[in-house]
Amino acid sequence: MQSSAHTADGAANLPRLAGHFASLEVQNHAARLGMWLFLATEILLFAGLFVCYGCYRFLYPEAWAAGSRSLDLTMGTVNTVVLITSSLTAALAVHYAKAGENKKVGVMFVLTLLMAVGFLVIKYFEYAHKFHIGTLPGRYYHYEGIQVTGIPLYFTVYFCSTALHAFHVIIGMAVLSVAMVRAFRKKDFGPNNYTMVELGSMYWHLVDLVWIFLFPMLYLV
Amino acid sequence: MTPSSSIDTAGAAPHDEHHDHHPSYLVDGTTIKSWILTVDHKRIGLMFLFFVLLFFLVGGIFALLIRLELLTPGPTIMDAMTYNRTFTLHGLVMIFLFMIPAIPAVFGNFMLPLMLGAKDVAFPRLNLASLYIYLTGAVFMLWGMLNGGLDTGWTFYTPYSTHTTTTVAPVMFGAFIIGFSSIATGINFIVTCHTMRAPGITWFKMPLFVWAIYATSCIQVLATPVIGLLTVLVAVENLFSFGMFDPARGGDPVLFQHLFWFYSHPAVYIMVLPAFGVMSEIVSTYSRKNIFGYRAVAYSSLGIAFVGFFAWGHHMFVSGQSTFDAGVFGVLTMLVGVFTAIKVFNWVGTVYKGAVDFKTPFAYFCGFLFFTVFGGMTGIALGTVSLDVAWHDTYFVVAHFHFIMVGATIMAFLAALHYWFPKMFGRTYHEGWGLVSAALIILGFNATFIPQFLLGNNGMPRRYYDYPERFQALNVASTAGATLLAFGFIIIAMYLTYSLVYGKVAGKNPWRSKGYEWLSESPPPTHNFVGPQPTFPEEPHFYVDPKKAEVPDAV
Repeated sequence: MQSSAHTADGAANLPRLAGHFASLEVQNHAARLGMWLFLATEILLFAGLFVCYGCYRFLYPEAWAAGSRSLDLTMGTVNTVVLITSSLTAALAVHYAKAGENKKVGVMFVLTLLMAVGFLVIKYFEYAHKFHIGTLPGRYYHYEGIQVTGIPLYFTVYFCSTALHAFHVIIGMAVLSVAMVRAFRKKDFGPNNYTMVELGSMYWHLVDLVWIFLFPMLYLV
Repeated sequence: MTPSSSIDTAGAAPHDEHHDHHPSYLVDGTTIKSWILTVDHKRIGLMFLFFVLLFFLVGGIFALLIRLELLTPGPTIMDAMTYNRTFTLHGLVMIFLFMIPAIPAVFGNFMLPLMLGAKDVAFPRLNLASLYIYLTGAVFMLWGMLNGGLDTGWTFYTPYSTHTTTTVAPVMFGAFIIGFSSIATGINFIVTCHTMRAPGITWFKMPLFVWAIYATSCIQVLATPVIGLLTVLVAVENLFSFGMFDPARGGDPVLFQHLFWFYSHPAVYIMVLPAFGVMSEIVSTYSRKNIFGYRAVAYSSLGIAFVGFFAWGHHMFVSGQSTFDAGVFGVLTMLVGVFTAIKVFNWVGTVYKGAVDFKTPFAYFCGFLFFTVFGGMTGIALGTVSLDVAWHDTYFVVAHFHFIMVGATIMAFLAALHYWFPKMFGRTYHEGWGLVSAALIILGFNATFIPQFLLGNNGMPRRYYDYPERFQALNVASTAGATLLAFGFIIIAMYLTYSLVYGKVAGKNPWRSKGYEWLSESPPPTHNFVGPQPTFPEEPHFYVDPKKAEVPDAV
């Protein structure tokens, strides 16, 4: 019971049971609980930025209104749609992993990754435009179009939060790539072994969730 | 389920218990690789112990340099800038590299799985990773400190920290990395408590040390990400002047203080809650009594963890906060005192009518009780807005936080080191030297910091390089106390190192404790327990009759 769960019912897709866990069920429970806790810390990491956003929005309402309006709403909306769709494909990957359809898991992750790249490309164009016209944080701000008190701070918050989010997108892509390779190569995901797919997708949902907060905060309100 | 391997330790035969086929974790693999790549929580705990002690030495040396400099007014052994860098290094090393990981990462790592009847923590590889993350952070931090140094104090207050030309960025980045280690350890312990308890250990049969570590881990997980973000923002701001906390660019330095103390106040409880847990174990063992009010002590740990999150504003009474806010934060601060008092009264209730065995750890318990009560009471005083306005940023505050954070934690750290020394290394230390050094340390600590209470009350500000002539007598007293303290630590280092090799072989349970960790061998085998998974029908602090338990046990 403790040592291993190898080929107990002939199914190939059983994960390795680490020696210190009592059962596979406990092991999966532990993995899931650990991931939820980790995601909570990620939310809290961004929460610090949300507090900065809230404070400075309260201090400089006009700068915030002007800053929001200067962002490209179309690009932001497209990015939101892209990211939400990628979350759907990540969720479908979990669905297929539970069914043991490894090829479809891989395909779903490929789609997710493509959309992630798309998101970053759009983000790159947005950044490039801002670098070009000079809507930059702090002392680098030199855009003539908007001259309201506090506007450089708006772009400080904008760049800090979107850059931190983009960094998370890249980490998420790395995580999903590993799961994708495993789905294609080892084909060992199945009803008893989908924790890796599930946790990877959970991380991706977090990336999506954070954007769902950032988008209305920065672009809409 | 499986019959218990050895529940009835009181009458255990002395030599039949030896299972020679299961080597202890210390000798199971002796190559360097078997240590640095181990996933055994006990070895990781020992490696943490080594580095934590190393950084304690570094921080301690810098503390002595500070005290030497303040021996006389004006320049004594260094210039003003060196002094600023010295106290910053002392604070940073002691807080981030010693106090925060000291008890959770060393004794939590070592004892938590043993106390839960588990073979390891839930994520052993993450556990090892947290050690290396911690060391990476330490390297960044010390590299920054040595290449130019940092003169902001450990609080990094903006806007000074965003403008100073000293090495803010690497040090902040180091703190950020160490935060990850703290989060990883916290997640690991929480999941371990939830999923790894042996059959028979319900939540309310967990030893109180486990409860304390659990509550600590909750704080680590919830508070650390915020300072993680903050350190990045300050580093970015120092490098690129983004203006986030710079009033000249519209930023708000008070916002920095809010975010900083939102972590750094709960961090006090990351340091002191594990100390409370250690003491709950020790007071029960050496009084030979079940802990008085087990549930109250367990819940009060969670209570402190909870209200600890709502007290940060008491660091900012003079920051221009509204009177109403200050009042609210003051009251919430005092709630911490209520929960701590629950613990203190329960400890005293445990000692009452117990058969006290006055060993070294119990001596530290006595010191601990004094530091906690005295430090706690001065904390309540500082939580009162009107008093804090007078004492703010004086040596009174320095003395207060050294009493509660350092005094209580050092007492618990040393108590834990002595109490669990036989479990960790299989040998006992010399009791006489133990008591002598405990007396020296408790005395030295009081001699160091009681004068600082008086200095602060007389108006000497903290972090000042120079002071008027009239403060000299008290400063000399404080430095003398620090010297005494240093001697105490040197003695401990000497006899504990000696005991590692030449100490008397301890046997399974030298203290005849009822704690679960003593059911295992000393030192424990690699997978903690020999034979089938143990079950634990008794409560962890279950001493039926103090007098009966006095029957000497063959060791």
